[in-house]
Amino acid sequence: MSSRIPLPYSPEVLKYFKNPKNAGPIENPTVQSVAGSPACGDMIKLYLKISNDEIIEKASFESYGCAANIAAASILTDLITGKTLREAWSIKWQDLSDKLGGLPPIKYHCSVLAVGALKRAVRSYYSIIGKTPEWLPSDLTVEEKQTMEEEELIERMYGRQPKEPTSR
Amino acid sequence: MVKELLKEHGTPSREVYFDLENSGYVPDEVVEAMRPFFNKYGYGHPAITHKPGWEALDLLIETKELVKRTVEASNTEDFVFTHSGTEANNLAIQGYVIANRKNLRGKKLLVSSVEHLSVIFPAEFVGELFGLKVVRIPVDEEGFINPEILKYYVDKDTALVSIQLVNHEIGTIQRLKELIDIIRDYSPEAVIHTDASDAYGRIKVSVRELDVDMMTLSSHKIQGPRGVGLLYIKENVKIEPIIRGQLSVEKLWPGVELIPLIAGFKKAIELAFNKFEENVSHMIKLRDKLLTGILNSVNEVVVNGPLGDRRAPDNVNISFRYVEGEALTVELSRHGVYVSSGSACSSRFLEPSHVLLAIGREYELAHGSILFKVSKHHKADDITYVLEVLPKSVERLRSLSPLTPKKA
Repeated sequence: MSSRIPLPYSPEVLKYFKNPKNAGPIENPTVQSVAGSPACGDMIKLYLKISNDEIIEKASFESYGCAANIAAASILTDLITGKTLREAWSIKWQDLSDKLGGLPPIKYHCSVLAVGALKRAVRSYYSIIGKTPEWLPSDLTVEEKQTMEEEELIERMYGRQPKEPTSR
Repeated sequence: MVKELLKEHGTPSREVYFDLENSGYVPDEVVEAMRPFFNKYGYGHPAITHKPGWEALDLLIETKELVKRTVEASNTEDFVFTHSGTEANNLAIQGYVIANRKNLRGKKLLVSSVEHLSVIFPAEFVGELFGLKVVRIPVDEEGFINPEILKYYVDKDTALVSIQLVNHEIGTIQRLKELIDIIRDYSPEAVIHTDASDAYGRIKVSVRELDVDMMTLSSHKIQGPRGVGLLYIKENVKIEPIIRGQLSVEKLWPGVELIPLIAGFKKAIELAFNKFEENVSHMIKLRDKLLTGILNSVNEVVVNGPLGDRRAPDNVNISFRYVEGEALTVELSRHGVYVSSGSACSSRFLEPSHVLLAIGREYELAHGSILFKVSKHHKADDITYVLEVLPKSVERLRSLSPLTPKKA
């Protein structure tokens, strides 16, 4: 098959994989977002129910991806429930990776994707209500940029013939 | 850290190992056959003049004679032991190009697009070093090379062609004799190598009938131990060693031969060939029970590779829509079913299996692929167990997936 790499997950990944919290869509979410794509083999859908004073009352996810992807999405929803949007915005991909006992570097993109989905959801909320808080940066964060790059790369690759693996 | 992961994983109530592509399982008789050679008998270096050394040499020669008989070769001298199929493939390709480098600049190396990476990467490596063009021959959606298309690829500039006899991932049994006849016709000077690692012990493999110049065999692929590969090189084919050092018995691969493991390989060959037809029909029965069982109990699946008698007797490779392969391997592992996946998430370079892409699978199907290999050591109720566990594992992951069509 392809070249392999060992994946010494920490037990936290397996815990969240076995019993993911907040799995499945919310009915009538305030906002939802998507990061990644089926062609990537990596896709997270986030659903948020946000109160009038901008607190995340409920967060849930759907995930198409590896065990780390499912664990990252689940633990994210756990972390942001009960937080304000501003507090949730400050979460970085490294925080997720740490909470999962430190992901192997080749799996960092799973936590990047989860946080990318969160940030897209937050921007989407403010765009719907038509106001922008001063703490929300207009520049894309690193998670949003990397998520976009991954999606675009696959678009380009998927568009033509399936790419042949390069010798390394 | 891995110990904590294992603690969290726990030990499932039942375990069945189907990841024979990536090896692991070795039956007790093979382990017993190896044991004496560590410290009771034949534990010496086979090229030293003492009793344990000569005992080791005897075992090495006996093993080559056994292989020779099973593949209808003429000379035991035509075989060289390496420590894996990967090394044997590297020796064939790099060894040939390096030995003939003075005459090969501008010539072509042809490999099928579904070869094991231990054929493709060495070809590209020496191609670049010595100025040869490396071309991958395309395959159809079942992994077959079309003979008419092959004719366009082979010409007088073709130096070496490597086409596997059976594909390691999707089980395609190539119509190799027909392809070799075409190569001999269009390019009489070309040297032909075949990786027969997945064919040996499963279909008839005869270097005489095929008329190949070089052939790779691998111990772990017939449930021998890891650590032994074998390269057949027809007399008068010129190759050079690709690693250098102190020679032992083998002129083409330095370093002491792994005698205990070779003893295990020998036992594995005996087990495979003593009841060849029976073993193969046993595999086919289990393979088909698993294949039809899955098709009948899980929807939205795609079989990778051909069905019927051009599929390797032991291969089941299926893509499950809406779920990702690595997650499914972890889920199945929780239930004691051990398999592997062709998904990008389970690969070093985050690219899905090149074999699945070469047969035209779109990325999502490659990501959702699972590979099982059955062997003569599996039983029918191992398959029954998988069929109990698999549908609900797929179901659970589909319930988490945004891609699963929602019920109305």
